[in-house]
Amino acid sequence: MTTWGHLAPSVLASFLASLVEFVEALTVVLAVGATRGWRGAIGGTLLALAVLTALVIVLGPALTRLPLAWVQLGVGALLVLFGLRWLHKAILRSAGIIPLHDEAATYAKQTAALRALSPARGGWDGVAVATAFQITLLEGIEVVFIVIAVGAGGADLLQSAAIGAGAALLLVVALGLLLHRPLATIPENILKFGVGALLSGFGTFWFGEGIGVQWPNGDVSILALIGGFLLTAMAMVSLLRTPTGQG
Amino acid sequence: MHRICTAFAELIGLFVDDGRFAGIIVIWLAICWLVLPHLVGTSIQGGLLALGLLGALIESTWRRTRR
Repeated sequence: MTTWGHLAPSVLASFLASLVEFVEALTVVLAVGATRGWRGAIGGTLLALAVLTALVIVLGPALTRLPLAWVQLGVGALLVLFGLRWLHKAILRSAGIIPLHDEAATYAKQTAALRALSPARGGWDGVAVATAFQITLLEGIEVVFIVIAVGAGGADLLQSAAIGAGAALLLVVALGLLLHRPLATIPENILKFGVGALLSGFGTFWFGEGIGVQWPNGDVSILALIGGFLLTAMAMVSLLRTPTGQG
Repeated sequence: MHRICTAFAELIGLFVDDGRFAGIIVIWLAICWLVLPHLVGTSIQGGLLALGLLGALIESTWRRTRR
């Protein structure tokens, strides 16, 4: 039975994870636009979005032809690697062991690097197109992977994961158009902390489904898994926190 | 060519940051794949899978902290 309680975790996981990716892409696209011109920045972004759309059109139907257990096994394993990597980094950042990610610093670094390159001589600016294309494609592939991975359990979950990612895209584009500067005030590490737990929970559940684990209470186990990862991560931050650590 | 190599490295980097951490996770998943389906007590299968992954996370974080 499909209920809001059943679909909400996939919408939330996909929205928050995609939000982090789109914010990172926006920072670089804004840096490209501000230093090399908006034509190349928007051109490279649209080109990457076209490649991503083609990827989804080609790979989407191919995935549906594979046995569900194989998809869950493969996607689950990759999602566990992806989610635990985020959670690991978020714990270290929250505890003050490694520095927090800073969108404003990334923007300053990107603009300085792009200004140092030779200016375009008429027509399309190759540097601008390539830089915007590369970052949008890379972050976009992550979003496509997140949507497929979170929605690996069926069409309804895939649809809700896609809705979550779409909402994140709209929000970041709207904020980018409105503010014209990097979204440095978004608490990226807190998002990564929560998303790491969400993705690790989903990944563990899908991998278990793929190898035939009988989860007590079915899909509800996802919530218990997410809670387990989150509580463990929070306990680790408390144990390891240094005076400079923050969320 | 340089851009392709960079993009490929970044793609791998999505899943692997700390090689030992990723290795432990993959080994644990492989063990679970081989062993868990044969365990009779089905209610503990999922718990064992999750506990191993939490153990990998704790080990990796402690190791990185002590570096």
